[in-house]
This record gives sequence, C-alpha cells and structure tokens, in this order.
Amino acid sequence: MTDITKGAIAPPRSFLSQDAVQLFYRLLAAFLICAVLAVLSDSFLSLGNILNVLRQASLTFFIASGLTLVVLTAGLDLSVGANVALSACLAGTVIHKTGSPALGILTGLACGGIVGLINGVMVTALRIPSFIATYGMLWVLNGLTYWYMAGETLHGFPAGFRQIGSGYLFGLPIPVYLLLVFLGIGTFFAQRTVWGQEIYAIGANPVAARLSGIPVARRLLLVYAVSGTMAGLASIIFLSRLNSAEADIGESLTLPAIAAVLIGGTSLFGGVGTVFGTFIGALILTLVLNGMNLLAVSANWQPLVTGVIVILAVWLDMKTRRRAQ
Amino acid sequence: MREVAVASEPNPLQRIPGVAMVLVLLIALFSVIAPGFLSVANLSNVLVQSTILTMLALPMTLIIMTEGLDLSMGAVLTLTSLCVAIVSLATKSMLLGLGAGLLVGTAFGVANGWLVAILGIPPFVATLGTLGMAQGLSLIVSDGQSVVGIPHSVRDIYSATLLGIPVPIVMALVTYAAFHGLLYHTRFGTYIFALGGNREALRYAGLSPNRLLIAVYAIGGAMAGIAGLLMTARMNSGHPTAGLGLEFDAIAAVAVGGTSFERGNGWLLGTLLGVLSVGVLRNGLNLISLPSSVQVASVGVLVIVALFLDGLRSRT
Repeated sequence: MTDITKGAIAPPRSFLSQDAVQLFYRLLAAFLICAVLAVLSDSFLSLGNILNVLRQASLTFFIASGLTLVVLTAGLDLSVGANVALSACLAGTVIHKTGSPALGILTGLACGGIVGLINGVMVTALRIPSFIATYGMLWVLNGLTYWYMAGETLHGFPAGFRQIGSGYLFGLPIPVYLLLVFLGIGTFFAQRTVWGQEIYAIGANPVAARLSGIPVARRLLLVYAVSGTMAGLASIIFLSRLNSAEADIGESLTLPAIAAVLIGGTSLFGGVGTVFGTFIGALILTLVLNGMNLLAVSANWQPLVTGVIVILAVWLDMKTRRRAQ
Repeated sequence: MREVAVASEPNPLQRIPGVAMVLVLLIALFSVIAPGFLSVANLSNVLVQSTILTMLALPMTLIIMTEGLDLSMGAVLTLTSLCVAIVSLATKSMLLGLGAGLLVGTAFGVANGWLVAILGIPPFVATLGTLGMAQGLSLIVSDGQSVVGIPHSVRDIYSATLLGIPVPIVMALVTYAAFHGLLYHTRFGTYIFALGGNREALRYAGLSPNRLLIAVYAIGGAMAGIAGLLMTARMNSGHPTAGLGLEFDAIAAVAVGGTSFERGNGWLLGTLLGVLSVGVLRNGLNLISLPSSVQVASVGVLVIVALFLDGLRSRT
C-alpha cells in the first residue's frame, strides 16, 4: 500500500541532472580511494596493478550490468553467481568434448540465457517475488552444478580461448575492451531505446506502465534473460582467465555484483540508476578489495567488507531519496 | 483489499491438506523406493537431524509473517556455532559457550531488525548484507580452519537422552511449545500477526511497530545461537562453512508449511510439518544414494512449487 508513492516515470536525462550529480560524487569517491591507496601503497600506481584492477572490475561489471536492468524494474536476481558457475562448467565441458571454443561460448551464453528466462517466467507467469524465485533458483543451480561436476575440476583450455580472459591488445587486457563495448551497448539500450525507457517506467510505477500500454511481462522476461545471458558471458571470461572450472566458482560473485549495482546508485526500489553508474560501482568495489589486498589484509575480510558496503549503499540511497522528496 | 487478520488463527482446514499431503506423499514414496526408510532407527534419525532446522524454521515463520525474510540465518548459525566451539574450548564450560553463541546471535538479530525497521532497508537486502558480514566474521575468527577438541559437555548434548528421548528432540519440542505459546497465547503473538497484516492498527493502538519488528528478528538471531550449540555438538567441532545455506531449508520449510509471504498469515504446525517434509526428502534421497547436491536442488524445486501454489491460493 506504500508502493504507489514512488517517483513518476523517469524524466529524460539532461546534462547535470540529479543523476549526473550523483555520478559525479561516485567518481569523486573513486578518485579519493585511489589517492588514499596511492599514498598507502607503493605498488598501487604500478601499471600492472591498475590493469589488474580494470580487469577485475570488468568481471564484476559483466554480471552487474545485466543485474542493473533487473534492479531498475524493482526486481533482484540472486542467482547470477550460481548461474556463472553452471554456465562455466557446461561451457568448459563442451570445449573439452568438441575442442571448439565457439561451441563452448555459445553453450555458456545459452545456459545463462535459459536460466534467466526461467527466472523471468517464475517472476511474470508464476508471480513469485523475484528475490525468492531467484533465491530458489540459486540453490537449484548450485545443486545441479555440484551434481554435474561431482567434485571434478575441468582444466586446460585451448590457447586461443584463454586469450579472451588473459590476453592483451595494444597493452590493455581484452576484458577491458569487452567492458567498454558492453558499457556502450548497455548505456545506449537503457537511455536511448524505447525498450530501455520502458524498463525505467516499469520500475518507477508498474501500474502506470501497464496502463500506458507497456507489455510489462514481456519486458520483464527480457530483463531477466539479459541478466542471465550476461552471467553466461561472465562465465566465459572466468573460464578463459582461470583456465579451469569448478562447481564453487560462483559462490563469491553474487554479493559483489549486487554491491556494484547499489554503489553505482541504482535504487532497489526501481526506476532510478544507470549502467554507467554500475561501472563506477564495480570500479569502487574493486578498488577497495584491491587496496585491502595490497595492504596485506587477509582475503577472509572480503565478505565482511562487501556486506557492510551493500548495507551502506542502500542506506545512502534511501537517505538521498528521502531528502529529494 | 488486504485481509485484516489481526490475531485470527488461519483456517487450518484450508491448509492441512497442502503440507500434510506433501509429507504423506514423500513418506509413501520413500517407503516404496528407499529400502530401510521405514525402520525405527532411520525415522528417529530423521527426527534428530530435523532439530536444528526446527529451531531456525520456527523463528523464520515469525519473520516471514512480518513480510520479512532472514537470509543471514545460516551464516549467523555458522558464526554462533564457531563461537560456541571457541569459547567452550577456551573455558571448558558448555554454558559459557552457549552464552557466547546466544549473545552473538542476538546481536546479529538486533542488527537485522534495526536495519529493516529503523533504516527501512528491504529485509532481503539487509540480511544479505549481514549474511556477508557473518560469513566474513566466521572466516576471520576461525582463520578458515576447523575448531576441534571441544569439551565433552558440548558434544554430549547431541547424543544424550532424557527419559529415553534424545535431548535434541526434547529441545526442539520445548522450542515448538514456546513458540506456540508465544504466537497464539500472548499479546506479543497477536502483535506479530498485526505486523504483517495490519501495521497501521498497531500504530493506532499506540504501539511501536519498529520495536516489535526488532524483537522478532532478535528472536531469530537468539534461536540461531541456541541452534549453534546443537550444530557444534553434532559435528563435535566448529567449521567456518558448516551452516551456510541452512536458511534456505528453513525458508523452504516455512513456504511448504503454508505460511504466506504476502499476507501476514503464519502457521507454526505447518512449519513443523514443513521441516519434517524437508527432512524426509533429504533423508530419502540420501538413502537412494543421491548426492547432497541433488537434495539441495530438489529442495529448491519444492520451494518454487510451494510458492507457486501460495500465489495461486492468494489469487482465488
């Protein structure tokens, strides 16, 4: 009964809008973290480390960018990490069996996309709340992956395939180029296409969106399918970078992806946020984790810090929103 | 539009068929396909193994009745189990260990409640954040290693019997009785129904919904503390990933038990039957030697089916 009080359909984004100001603050935060780390650690500003941060951020971004669209519709996809694990294991198996990286990549993308579609069906046709449906899916996927892998590790992939995740082009890691491409596509899709704007409208006010003739169920299906497919893409990058696949690779991926989306300023309540913001969010989170790593903080601290960041980000979002009203 | 169901017990006739049928079907299925399922030893094994889940699923019922959710319960259970192990190892005292577990569990419960009630963060995200925190703390206090060598006084709790009944089952029954009394026979219980069904009414009655909400989450954390003692006793050690994912079985039990995620209607006996359904399902799959991964996946399917049916019911 309180859901109707959300903002109206997002207005066209103009230069230096509220969103731009919010983004500026986040960029500022990223620079501040960089400055602090540069002072605290000698190795932070080395080229190797910066490229490493960018590559790490791109992995988080692939998962988080699809998730951003889901969160824009006021939904959530908790299954992305488990989806990455299953997709990577299936793709790895196909490459081993057929020797063809192309078939493997297709398998990974298809597996991710199908899982996303099933999520979408559960949310739209079965009307299960998205966080519960995708949470159930998380455990179904986890179970399937562990059962399928039966404790095995897939290891050793063709050199050409490994280039995707670990290769360089003109001195930059290849995942960074992929990041730029998908950042461009995501931003264009969300801001400049009718479908993208409809997704904002659904998140801001689902009732108004339906009454104004937007096919809400079909757009939601699309959004969950995209989120799943991006998880499939991330699985390929993971597979080729790690050069191995195990059933447990997805377990530490979901929380950082959600954190990146929320730090990036996308509101859990839907209708507000940008794909570019999520990129900045992924960058900030990676910088923090990288900094902890450089300062020799044990990796055991990472879930704790990520959890605190998730809560802080939501709280800040709610505070700014309340002030704006 | 919303049912104003303050303190009215949900119509049991409408619900008994669902979860009881699931349980009977599962029992019938496994007595046919799983040899040894119906033996007394195995059935009592199912009961004992369901005790930890009972202690999580009952408070989870209350939390879900407030239209909330606690995803952190499994991770908090892991942390409290470690606390019990570490403190009882250091002090040789079971009670101090239990105290530490209770304290840490309740602190997390209060934190969850505070984030949800005072800061207004959606429960599934707030508790996802605390899940990460509890998981991180578990890794930090244990340094990723098992805690072994805990005193006998802790271990014996799981294997001891009282009047011929295993102590874990006695604890689960006492917990059930306490929750039943709390929910159906106290004013606080009435308020819990109102938290999910009609929060405005509480405000008009001059009560603070926020404080009640914090109390509900705190109960969940405290129960994770007590369950942590059982967990440590059962494994005879503390392990940094021991309880992860148990919140999912708890949510499954609540969902199968017919508690609604949207209307503030809860049914404790249904949750108990739901716990047994999950227990029977896992035990039966185990007997026909399907790995635990398949068990997890099938519990996932069970939840989605239960929620789908819940959605159907709410529309009719």
